[in-house]
Amino acid sequence: MIPPAFEYLRPKTIPEAITLLQQHGDDAKILSGGQSLIPMMKLRIARPAYLIDINRISGLSYIKEEGGFLKIGGLMREAELEASPLVRAKYPILTDTAHVIADPQVRNLATVAGNLAHGDPANDHPATMIALGAQVVATGSGGERIIPIEEFFLSLFSTALQPGEILTEVRVPVPPPRSGGAYFKLERKVGDFATAAVAAQVTLEGSGAAQKVGIALTNVGPTPIKAKKAEDFLRGKKLDDANIRQAAQFAADDAQPSSDLRGPADYKKALVKELARRALTRAAERAGK
Amino acid sequence: MAKKQLITVRVNGRERESAVEPRLLLVHFIRESLQLTGTHIGCDTSHCGACTVILNGKTVKSCTMFAVQADGCEILTVESLMSASGQLHALQEGFKQEHGLQCGFCTPGMLMSSYALLHNNPNPSEEEIRRGISGNLCRCTGYQNIVSAVQYAAAKMAKIESEAHVAEGVAQ
Repeated sequence: MIPPAFEYLRPKTIPEAITLLQQHGDDAKILSGGQSLIPMMKLRIARPAYLIDINRISGLSYIKEEGGFLKIGGLMREAELEASPLVRAKYPILTDTAHVIADPQVRNLATVAGNLAHGDPANDHPATMIALGAQVVATGSGGERIIPIEEFFLSLFSTALQPGEILTEVRVPVPPPRSGGAYFKLERKVGDFATAAVAAQVTLEGSGAAQKVGIALTNVGPTPIKAKKAEDFLRGKKLDDANIRQAAQFAADDAQPSSDLRGPADYKKALVKELARRALTRAAERAGK
Repeated sequence: MAKKQLITVRVNGRERESAVEPRLLLVHFIRESLQLTGTHIGCDTSHCGACTVILNGKTVKSCTMFAVQADGCEILTVESLMSASGQLHALQEGFKQEHGLQCGFCTPGMLMSSYALLHNNPNPSEEEIRRGISGNLCRCTGYQNIVSAVQYAAAKMAKIESEAHVAEGVAQ
């Protein structure tokens, strides 16, 4: 399959990339890992007249803790995130997530920022970042703008990024002691999008009750879904089996799946309930219940 | 038609220069411009991994990348595995000895994913092998013999390595 013709532009700096974006407006797309965009171009669902390849911009492939955040650079590849010892030790939910995204070849190119900026509710990082209470940094001609992840996903394939802005960094708050998280996904085969998936991140108080709770759902609605009812229910409560089961039910209530090739809506709701139960149980274990 | 762009790519150790249309996929560049037809196009939709090549040390699906993106990069295709004297690579020998292929269509991609796997992890467990080739589909073998082939190659490469160390010791 041959994509429609386009002009290829390869800026060396972020300001150069932003100038090109502004110059070409809606006719331009940013090419990062390309693992979603190129297949869409081959299917001619996406037909950008200009591709702005940001892969040669230096200084965007980092992951570091700084100023109370884990900062993930805009060109951080999924394979690098998955292999990071820092992430594995302190942010196991991110390792879980990277581990089940697509397959090894795709993860070698695909980026964390691209996984968010694409705005696909079937992608895995959106729910995880919502559970973690992350922020994204959008860089435009006026400088940087911080967007809380909860305000980032507007509708199917549509995000709060303005034309002329590039997602240059993802910021995850450094979790307090006694925090843990997990991501559970059911996929029909390696490389498939989730039939459903659930991200859960918790922080426990001295008493063992949950102080902070983040729960979000993948591919059961037009955007990733923050399971607010479940979060509110668990806050201040002990993460025992009964409470986790009740929260999992609330998470399933918040899911808005549609019936498709991956299964009927009822099945997906039931799946969310079970995946939420497993994710919360693992998160609590990792927090040192 | 968009303006062609000049790219320079090092493929299997040989520098290749070419003017390409930006929309030319890397796999078409490799197969048609360079006439290296060992790399296969299977699904053409990023699923099957038959088109896997190694770009700057990492496996990528060459159907999901533009040739122009590879400008200045180093690429290894399946043609790089056999030695100049015609000796098969341990992986190729493993696939032959263990019946790691039937129709053979997925084999170039399987070989390149396995090559990258053994490069990073010379002694992988069965689970690590299965995960390492999880981006490559095979519709014939059921994978069992492919796993055996990679295990065969890992053992053979370890043996070659240890013999080389012994020879080095003797020489000293």
